[in-house]
Amino acid sequence: MDHKTLTYIIRRIILAIVTVWVVITVTFFVMHAVPGGPFLGEKAISPAAMKALEAKYGLDKPLLQQYFTYLTDIVTKFDFGPSLKQRGRSVVEIVFDGMKTSAYIGIIAALIALVSGIFLGTLAALWRNSFWDRLVMVITTAFVSMPSFIIGSIFLIVFVIKLKMFPANGASEGGLILPIITLSLSPMSYITRLMRSSMLDVMGQDFIRTAKAKGVPRLRIIFVHGIKNALLPVITYFGPMLAYIVTGSLVIEQVFAVPGIGRSFITSITGRDYPMIMGTTIILAVLIVIMNLVSDILYKVVDPRITLE
Amino acid sequence: MEDIKNILSEIESSDFDKASDEEKKSAVRERPSTTFFKDGLRRLSKNPLALISFVLIVLVTLAAVIIPFVWPYSYDAMLGNVPGKSMDMSYNNLAPFEYSRSEQLRMDQGEQVFPHIFGTDASGRDYFIRVIYGTRISLTVGFFASLIVLIIGLIVGSVSGYFGGKVDLFVMRIVDIIYSLPDMLMVILLSAVLKESLGLWIQGTVLESIGSNMISLFLVFGLLYWVSMARLIRGQILALKEQEYVLAARVAGAKGSWIIRKHLIPNCMSVIFISVALQIPSAIFTESYLSFIGLGVNAPMPSLGSLCSDALNGISSYPYRLVIPALVISVIVLSLNLFGDGLRDAFDPKLQK
Repeated sequence: MDHKTLTYIIRRIILAIVTVWVVITVTFFVMHAVPGGPFLGEKAISPAAMKALEAKYGLDKPLLQQYFTYLTDIVTKFDFGPSLKQRGRSVVEIVFDGMKTSAYIGIIAALIALVSGIFLGTLAALWRNSFWDRLVMVITTAFVSMPSFIIGSIFLIVFVIKLKMFPANGASEGGLILPIITLSLSPMSYITRLMRSSMLDVMGQDFIRTAKAKGVPRLRIIFVHGIKNALLPVITYFGPMLAYIVTGSLVIEQVFAVPGIGRSFITSITGRDYPMIMGTTIILAVLIVIMNLVSDILYKVVDPRITLE
Repeated sequence: MEDIKNILSEIESSDFDKASDEEKKSAVRERPSTTFFKDGLRRLSKNPLALISFVLIVLVTLAAVIIPFVWPYSYDAMLGNVPGKSMDMSYNNLAPFEYSRSEQLRMDQGEQVFPHIFGTDASGRDYFIRVIYGTRISLTVGFFASLIVLIIGLIVGSVSGYFGGKVDLFVMRIVDIIYSLPDMLMVILLSAVLKESLGLWIQGTVLESIGSNMISLFLVFGLLYWVSMARLIRGQILALKEQEYVLAARVAGAKGSWIIRKHLIPNCMSVIFISVALQIPSAIFTESYLSFIGLGVNAPMPSLGSLCSDALNGISSYPYRLVIPALVISVIVLSLNLFGDGLRDAFDPKLQK
């Protein structure tokens, strides 16, 4: 690894750390700007939770001191305090509980999106301007433009209510199939388009012509020379894809009644469970920032020609 | 020697006569010279997808602006709830083109009753006008949010790009950080909080009539989404300020703000225009998303997202209530995206070969 790449990686890591710090700081102070403070306006707090909160945040202490306690507890103990609404449970516990289901859905959706997107994009590029290419482009444009909750709701009407093919409750058997498909459609469309243009670009390069002139078999050209090189830009989409899947799952879990982190986040927003809102935002944000960091660095390492700003 | 003689013999003295008026005319170019804007429009008009999208956008916008003025029902009137009378439940949950009991009675007496094209919702409100009004709200949010993003991005980007140096370095670090924030999570967080606190701050002012949620939406857009616009404009300005005419203006004694306003911004107008056109659908997208999770506009004001979210409750009995606003959002976002793409293909000078 040369000097320039190393500098880039270090700069990128510093940016990621600063970003995480900004997220925590903004989240903390924004939450404390709520009239009466995030906790004092609540009537429904149990005395036990109130006590735990007082101990955790030192609510009688100055705001800055509370902030530093919050920050150090996150960094050193990964402690986000107790939930207001779910008695006796900590934010971290609830988040990781929901994360099991959400991560399962998200990872499978991402894999489906990757595999089918690369496949469709390659075919569309190889059969450029054919009927199938046009069809794929029209369908992917539609899926990119449709909000995920709309795709999800329409699936709910068609497959759950009309055809009764899947259970309405995401917690029961087979209930996760529709949420996974819904979540994968938009990233799949994006990857398809990305892969198509990148494949078209690569197949027009000189080394492909050289390979053809040398008499390399067509399939070998496509797989070894074409797809392998065309895959590079897809790496940059890993970060945004995770961000999409995280925010998409917030509503998809609502639509299909999946007991994941997204649904508990929405419940905490409507129920004004402030420690939950703060904790979930920060944990999800850290996840997205790390994924962005990894995909940026990976891209830079596999393709040193690229000068990323 | 022989060659020269041959050539000379081909030249006649009439070749040296003055050109007649007719001959002069033929030398004039037939096609009038075209401007950048006209050239772009010509390219745009050859793109059927973009044209259809444009017509759709105009139709939807006109419908959203005009129909609420002429429609006999209002978006928040619960039709069964007339003051001084007992609640008429037969108005609630009407199917499309169905009439309530009292309306049926009036029709039997020969009176004309305006139909409920999409039926009514669970509170007896005419659903068609709610969809139209929701479209109006969504378009308004998309338009103004993009305008706010444009103004902030334009100011920050052009100042940072033109002055460069420490100002640029400082601004760009801030832009980097905001850019790498997970935007949707921050949007949700800020809307959740602003919704609570704004209500108190704006009480009694003009802003109250717009509603705290709508203002918090605009604030969030203003805080988070200006960065990509600022980056874009900065890049443009950086490239443009090296041009000779900028140097000429500076030599002539022009001030920085004058150069930015008169030379730099007009020259990156097409790029700005395109990115605003693409910003509107993304703002509508975000608004509908927030409305769907309950952070959008204040009830009873409908937006397309909140209509979808409300429809989820009765989805097994009234699926069309979800399908209609969902279709409208998709059509708006899709046609704005396609039109924006068309604009980019037609006007972006970098794509011209």
